[in-house]
This record gives sequence, structure tokens and C-alpha cells, in this order.
Amino acid sequence: MSEKIVVIGEARDGELRNVTFEAIAAAKQIQSDGEIVGVLCGKENLEQQAQEMIYYGANRVVTVAHDNLETYTPEGYGQAVLAVIEAESPGGIVMGHTSIGKDLTPKLASKLGSGLVSDAVEIQTDGDEVTFIRPIYSGKAFEKKVITSGLTFVTIRPNNIAMSERDESRTGEVTAKEVDITDLRTVIKDVIRKASEGVDLSEANVIVAGGRGVKSADGFKPLYELADALGGAVGASRGACDADYCDYSLQIGQTGKVVTPDLYIAVGISGAIQHLAGMSNSKVIVAINKDAESNIFNVADYGIVGDLFEIIPLLIEEVKQLK
Amino acid sequence: MNIYVLLKKTFDTEEKIAVSGGVIEDDGAEFIINPYDEYAVEEAINQRDAHGGEVTVVTVGDEDSEKQLRTALAMGADKAVLINTEDDLEDGDQFTTAKVLEAFFADKEADLILAGNVAIDEASGQVGPRLASSLGISYVTTVTSLKIDGETVNIEKDVEGDVEIIETSLPLLVTCQQGLNDPRYPSLPGIMKAKKKPLEELEIDDLDLDEDDVEAKTRTTDIFLPPEKEAGRVLEGDVQDQVKELISLLKNEAKVL
Repeated sequence: MSEKIVVIGEARDGELRNVTFEAIAAAKQIQSDGEIVGVLCGKENLEQQAQEMIYYGANRVVTVAHDNLETYTPEGYGQAVLAVIEAESPGGIVMGHTSIGKDLTPKLASKLGSGLVSDAVEIQTDGDEVTFIRPIYSGKAFEKKVITSGLTFVTIRPNNIAMSERDESRTGEVTAKEVDITDLRTVIKDVIRKASEGVDLSEANVIVAGGRGVKSADGFKPLYELADALGGAVGASRGACDADYCDYSLQIGQTGKVVTPDLYIAVGISGAIQHLAGMSNSKVIVAINKDAESNIFNVADYGIVGDLFEIIPLLIEEVKQLK
Repeated sequence: MNIYVLLKKTFDTEEKIAVSGGVIEDDGAEFIINPYDEYAVEEAINQRDAHGGEVTVVTVGDEDSEKQLRTALAMGADKAVLINTEDDLEDGDQFTTAKVLEAFFADKEADLILAGNVAIDEASGQVGPRLASSLGISYVTTVTSLKIDGETVNIEKDVEGDVEIIETSLPLLVTCQQGLNDPRYPSLPGIMKAKKKPLEELEIDDLDLDEDDVEAKTRTTDIFLPPEKEAGRVLEGDVQDQVKELISLLKNEAKVL
């Protein structure tokens, strides 16, 4: 099988997100000898991003620039991407399982009358048969999924499929496609930045998460400092969110986000089953808790029993010395 | 206002998952309303109380789904519809569920449809946007605030921690994110009243569908549990030394620093 695969790219603050490159790598796994066509939407200046997609393995890229594509809306991006898909008639589509990916792909699947495997973390191929592995029950279990009819349409979880090496010697055609984006009933009036600077929770390699043991919103400050020193993001348990120590958008668990960073540092988190579901597939887990009987120590690779308010500042010092 | 809620039953979040022969064992498991759908039910009731109208909760499920529908009625929803696919559909996927709902909504005049942002079991988050798309109405996912003024709807949407301020209009489908509201517990009088509220049961025949129309596009071939994590090392000694040891282990043994 050597069918064409369309990879829908995604930028944040003018920079392509890593998951875009991971999606290109995923497309290659699905279709080792098929053409990979990138799609990019935005207001203007998409050529450089298109080049990046080519450096990471796309054979060519189609851009759609329009004033109505400055911010993502399902209507605007839906029209743009559908126009490209209809022109390309690919055998498959890959996109990141991000906020935009989750929002856009079901619409595309509905319009295309297609199936969609969401949130794949691994792709296995055996001849022409492609199997996707995805977490269910927030990672308490995994399922293997195959496409039985129609498009091979998948979203991939950030941070799980390795991207290819960037190679500036790769070349490919970048074409601008004109699409008239009309009839937008939904308008983004404003965006209020609340997320921790720079590093997004779902894409973070390092997460420092706090629980009830952190005791207050102020208690989270050292966690932010540690996360900054490690180049990571801050997360929280439901307990900490319910107690208003931090925003619900930071919640990790069965309700909330499911994360798989390289390093997860659980601070003052007891480890309720719902929280473990959201983080136990992290590669390395560190637990810091004053209660040695806490459940969190059962999933931790390394644990320190003690007072987090004493331990975290020491950790920050050590990490800073490391750099 | 004609308000609908899409609801799904899921395993209680306390449940441990057991797998046997590639399928999840659900014998004796406790089921609940999907937690994100609870926000949808609560929001629907609040919007009805503010703007008038009627709240109908709809589920695609089996006979046992009646329990979760009754809970939603006890919370304050007015009517419930159970689309029972147990006898007709073996292995539906999100395409299937969205098609069934599309057929159900074909002759309905829905002003507002609310759903959970994701179900905590299969977690695809597809059915809401798929349905809106096939009904030709706008949708906004992961909403944390919903204000309706006539036809105009002002929304706050969670986007990976940031908040988008959105203006759109009815008819509309939204999916609900944590932080939108605090779902109520059903009161005892509510539970008593719920027993008498209308609960309509439909099968896919009643929706003029046959199995071929809704045949799944994807198939689950296996389900397995992640490898058990072995309990790790709890460090010992002076706090300062423990911290130093931890850093060294993360750097040299785990190689994550």
C-alpha cells in the first residue's frame, strides 16, 4: 500500500508544535512509501512553517492563508482543511491529539463519513495491517484498534511517537491554496493566558504536580520554581484544584489531563486511583510525601518521605547547580 | 428553550479495571453518569431555570442505562430517552453512536445540546462535535462558562489552560469541561419525582436506521492492562543527602535530567 497521507500541522505562537513533527513520523510508520502532504492554516507567513514540515519529513505542503484563519475555529479550519483533503483525496489523515486536534478531527471525520482513532500512543504495522494502541479508562488499560473501512484517520498523543531528525537537505514543494472562508458563526473575542509560561502540560517532558499536601495557592510557588528550573510544567491533583490552590486546567487524573512525561514529580499527592490513572504511565515518577504509607509510593520509582516545604527548596538548589 | 443532554454511563472512577480474554470485565462493576456529562446535566438544568423550556437527557446504551437516566431526572431533567442498541449493534464506534443520534435529532428542534467533553472510559471526545457537524449547527468544546442572551451565546472555553472568550449563537452544541459548575446531588424528593417522569425507550428501527447505516468504521481487536509498576526505592538518610541522591539517580540511573 502506498497511499498518500495528509498531516495537519499546528502552530502555537507562530511556532509549529512538536506534535506536528511526531504526526509526520506517525504518517511514515503507517505508510512507509506513500507521499506525506502537510497542511497548514493561518493568517499569513506560513512558508517557513511549511519548510519545517519538509525538514521533518513531509514530501510537500499545502498552505491555506486567510484573515479568518488567524485564530482557530472549527468552522474556519474545517472549511480550509476539508478543501485540501477533497483536492488531495488521501488514504489517511494524521493530526496531534491536542486541544485543536480534538476539536477539529471529529468534524472532519463526520464530513468525510469516516472513522477516527483518537489519541493513539503507538502504531504497529504488519504488512498492510495497521494497528493503533490507545489508552482507555485514562490509562488504566489499553486497546488495540484497527480501521475496518474508509480513511486511516488518527490523532496521536503528544510526546509518545518519536519525531524524525530535522534534515535541512530535504526539499519539497510548498503550494498556497486559495480557499474562501465564509459564514463564521463563532468568533474568538479574546484569549486570556493562564497556562504556565511556555510549556504546555500535555507536551511537557517534566511535570511537577502538587496535591493537598501543598496546603495553599502560595504553597504552589516553589513548585513553579522547580518546574521552571527543570524546563517543565506544573500540574495538580483534584484535591488541590477542589481546594482552590490552583486552576482546574492543571488537574491531572481520570477527570482532567492524562500525561506521560519523562519525569513526573508528585509533591504532597497521596495517589488516589483517579490521580494515578492520569500519570502512572509517566516514564519516571518521583514521589515526595510526608506519609510513608501513601499510595503514591507504590507507583513511584524514587520516593522521599518528608516535609515538602523543606525538600523542594533543596531540590531547586540542586537542579540549578546542575545546569 | 429546547435543551438536550447527551449522556453516557461509565465505570465508577473508583473501579479497578480487569481484563479477561481481551475484554473489560464489567461483572459487578459500579456504573455512574460519566463525570463530564454530569456537568452537562447540571448546566442544562440551570439554563432551563434561567430561560425556561425543557431538558431532555438522551443516551445510546443498554437496558441498564435507565439507572443513569433516572439519576439525571432526579437531578432535575424533565424527560429521558434511552436508545437501546443492545440487541441490534454489537460493536459500535463513535461513527455509529453519532449516526444513531443524528437520526434521533433529525426531527427535533434543539436549541442547545450539551455533552461531556470526553467520556472517561473510551475518551475519544468525538460524538459531540460529530453530531453538531452532521446537524449543521455550531459547536464549542471544553466550555467553562456559558451565558445565553436571546440568540447570542457568550462562552469561556478552556484551551490547554488558557481561556478563549467566544461569541456564537443558537442553535449550538457545547461540550462541558470541569469548572463549568458543581453538579448537584439528587435530592430525595427529586428521586421520588424522577420515578414518574417520562422515559422513552427507542430502538434503531424506530429511528428508521438499519445496521448497515451505522456499521462501525473501526474495531477493537484487543484490550490489555499496562505492566504493573514495581514499587520503587524510598531514599533514606539526611534530607540534604536524599535530595542529592535523588538528583544523582535521575541523572545517572533514570537519565531524565
